[in-house]
Amino acid sequence: MSSIITRRTLVAGAAAASTLPLLGRSAFAQAPLGVGFIYVGPVGDHGWSWTHDQGRKALEKQYGDKIKTSFIENVAEGPDAARALRQLAQAGNQLIFATSFGFMNPTIQVAKQFPKLKFEHATGYQRAENVATYNARFYEGRAVIGTIAGHMSKSGQAGYIASFPIPEVVMGINAFTLAARKVNPNFKTKVIWASTWYDPAKEADAAKALIDQGADVITQHTDSPAALQAAEQRGVFAFGQASDMSAFAPKAHLSAIVDDWSGYYIKRVKDVMDGSWKSGDVWGGIKDGFVKLAPFNAAVTPAARAAAEEVQKGIVAGTLHPFTGELKDQKGVLRLKSGETASDEMLSKMDWYVEGVQA
Amino acid sequence: MLEWRRRREPSRAMLYLSPLIAIALTMVTGAMVFTAMGYDGLTAVFDFFLVPFLEPHRWPDLGVKAAPLVMIALGLAIGFRANVWNIGAEGQYIMGAIAGTGVALATYEMSGWWILPAMALAGILGGMAWAAIPALLRVRLQVSEILTSLMLTYVAVQALYYLVRGPWKDPDGFNFPQTRMFTADQTLPVIIPETLVHLGIPLALLIAVIAWLVIEKTTAGYAVKVVGLAPAAARHGGFSAERTTWVTMLIGGGLAGLAGIFEAAGPFSQLTPQFPVGYGFTAIIVAFLGRLHPLGIVLGGVVLAATYVGGEIAQTTVRLPQAATGMFQAMLLFFLLATDVLVRYRIAFRARPAKVLP
Amino acid sequence: MNSVILVSIIMTLVAASTPILLAALGELVVEKSGVLNLGVEGMMLTGAVAGFAVAFSTGSVALGLVASVIAGIATAMIFAVLTLSLTANQVATGLALTIFGVGASSLIGAGFVGRTIDRLGPLFPEVLASHPWLRALFGHDIIVYLSLALVLGVSVFLRRTRAGLILRAVGENDASAHAIGYPVIGIRYAAIAFGGALAGLGGAYFSLALTPMWADRLTAGRGWIALALVVFSAWKPGRLLLGAYLFGAVMTFELQAKAAGITWLAPEVLAMAPYLATILVLTMMSLGRKTGRLDAPACLGKPFSVS
Repeated sequence: MSSIITRRTLVAGAAAASTLPLLGRSAFAQAPLGVGFIYVGPVGDHGWSWTHDQGRKALEKQYGDKIKTSFIENVAEGPDAARALRQLAQAGNQLIFATSFGFMNPTIQVAKQFPKLKFEHATGYQRAENVATYNARFYEGRAVIGTIAGHMSKSGQAGYIASFPIPEVVMGINAFTLAARKVNPNFKTKVIWASTWYDPAKEADAAKALIDQGADVITQHTDSPAALQAAEQRGVFAFGQASDMSAFAPKAHLSAIVDDWSGYYIKRVKDVMDGSWKSGDVWGGIKDGFVKLAPFNAAVTPAARAAAEEVQKGIVAGTLHPFTGELKDQKGVLRLKSGETASDEMLSKMDWYVEGVQA
Repeated sequence: MLEWRRRREPSRAMLYLSPLIAIALTMVTGAMVFTAMGYDGLTAVFDFFLVPFLEPHRWPDLGVKAAPLVMIALGLAIGFRANVWNIGAEGQYIMGAIAGTGVALATYEMSGWWILPAMALAGILGGMAWAAIPALLRVRLQVSEILTSLMLTYVAVQALYYLVRGPWKDPDGFNFPQTRMFTADQTLPVIIPETLVHLGIPLALLIAVIAWLVIEKTTAGYAVKVVGLAPAAARHGGFSAERTTWVTMLIGGGLAGLAGIFEAAGPFSQLTPQFPVGYGFTAIIVAFLGRLHPLGIVLGGVVLAATYVGGEIAQTTVRLPQAATGMFQAMLLFFLLATDVLVRYRIAFRARPAKVLP
Repeated sequence: MNSVILVSIIMTLVAASTPILLAALGELVVEKSGVLNLGVEGMMLTGAVAGFAVAFSTGSVALGLVASVIAGIATAMIFAVLTLSLTANQVATGLALTIFGVGASSLIGAGFVGRTIDRLGPLFPEVLASHPWLRALFGHDIIVYLSLALVLGVSVFLRRTRAGLILRAVGENDASAHAIGYPVIGIRYAAIAFGGALAGLGGAYFSLALTPMWADRLTAGRGWIALALVVFSAWKPGRLLLGAYLFGAVMTFELQAKAAGITWLAPEVLAMAPYLATILVLTMMSLGRKTGRLDAPACLGKPFSVS
């Protein structure tokens, strides 16, 4: 195949070169800086991918003509992702965000072929000279809403609709439960594994089942606002996921953990512009603006509000870590000694549950 | 009055022309629809249909995407010709990957040239076993294979989820539901360095040529055709419908299974819950795009692969949403299926009004 | 378990079953006429998005329901023209229809993501549903009652009316039906339109009643379950009702069991149960009757042309 040569030239020559000049497209990205994104879902999912696209839009607003963003949505995790990443690389993007865990291997692989381009992979753990990773400390937000739940729940039971038992989800469940149990030592979190990130009807039915079994606060680690709608219908409280979902459940929606990638994206684009971009691992929380809390509902009692704000302040000041010893897991294994806080490594491999979790 | 008239025999010219007409119609309609929706319709069509072919560095992508589609479609087409409607190739594809991965995980500590062939063999057998269930049910109990093979697809998907979440989970994988990465001895060799072009691509082509020879030049191929066309006549000629069902289902399942393990041992190099992407269903479309002809299927596979690649290009250039890729694919299929009528019918004028064949 | 919880479970179960029942009932009629339309998921999605778009824009859920029926029929007509008038292969066309539905609904719905409406409420006034057990009878929305009436209607239509007899005759032996003088193609057009209408309505049940919103792929594969259900029912409306509610029950009890802390059964096993059950039922039925064929319409999936 003659394409070997073409391809090599293309890769080695100008990494930023876009389509072949023969087709009459402008091939050089002197002015606007190309910034590309691949999303695992459609931007219309109103969940994970949607929040990243909000970040992309914030970039456009911030930099205007100085950048040109593009994205490929609904990219399957696997070989299709490698192709989509190459497409973005060859189309002249200099900074590419791969926004799902399953894009890890393809990102590393494509980054090798385009050493001059910068890649950013969300939620992964593999890095390279030109591949940085970033993630948000959602568990900090979970600790805040757990505190509210502890105050607001009368039955002392929360329902938690979770997707898959990966560390990210497990640490969220634990952080939520620990915070709630600080308020109410008998607090219980009942988890339903939905085995999907997205199935609105199932998420709603799971919420109803949890309510039937005594939960009067619902929270979720799945994508759609369906569980909130079910909570609203049944007259119990709930929290939004990924974005402010109060429009879907004005009475039930106490607050929401809002993912905000815009600050990080704006910073990383600036780094590329002034040549200071370096690979690394950023794990930002409430303090860094990665994780925000949506405005509290009027129904949140003054005591709950004060406690939640206290937790939030403590986390920002660094005086409070949601995972602080002494901490035992359900089986009685000592995980953290008294006064010790969880390391990032411990968090990113978490596969055990704290007391009070029924999973 | 216009009316359809059945041709005495299928038109060869139309056989080749109708796909071109369909593509042309899709391009024109697509340009109009997307321009009306406020996108740059002309560029979209250009990116979608032509750029994947015009830029040589995209050819490996086409090959990688087309290979599994072609391989599965070849097996299915043989069945479709004999009126055996295996639409559960997706399940057989997954089962092939599961069986082959089983071998890979069992030989994790070993090395040797024999591992990959053993995985491929397991893949074929896995796919065959999954196809044998609907075959048995049809032959013995007259249960429609359309429905059973489809049902079994969902069972296969859940089996995959169970395995990667449970017993086969990578011990070093941060608790993510996925298997270990395969070792060098367990992955398909890449035949063009720095691309994803793996051994499965030439193999898919080879299988296409073999399938063509078998169907066109051997009595077995003739049997398959005759049973499909006229079951009664076939029985007189000594070809049993039961045997044809068995043979075609097993070939279809085996090829789907092989495609499955090739995809797992090639571009994926592991099994993940995201492994099934619907190739088994898309292959049905490829089989019809290729008019159930082995060489046509190769072309059909490449055209369909191009729509995925082109869709991604159009997303980055004119911000055509991904959903538009689906629309383009659907339009292309609709027009292809519609123009297929020209192969078998011609449009004729009639002087006096008559009942028009609807 | 007290009656309040039990009734609540019943309400969830009924709501979960209704859209699948509707779509499957439509497909049953289509298949009875000898046509296999695998595009149910696609028609449900266009119905769901059209229903939501109209309900959101006009503020009327009723108009949304009408729109979903129209959208379902319109989508089904693409299938009908291709397979009936142009004798295209039904399997391939049905699959293409689903691809179309996924794409079209996403494009149409892009502007409606993140919006919500007041959901379709109960049909009867609150008074009738004051007691828990009365709520199980009178607390549902209009679509639930409509779906039950439609099951009865389709059952009577197929078994007791002349038109139903003709429809079945067309599905069993299209050549003879044509020879006798029945408009085979016309009847199949009507059946496919009916199937599209019910699939559209089933889709709208998601976007207007269950989870009042639009998001891409809102129906999350329920159309394929509907197809399985038709086979499970052996093409009998009564058994279809049973199957749909059984399926809803399995889904609901799975979630209830998890919420109650019963976790010993792998979720994957439960998820594959309906499909294994369908295959099992098919097998048992054919073992039960040695005479040969099942109740599947003889011409199912085969093209028909006059000349």
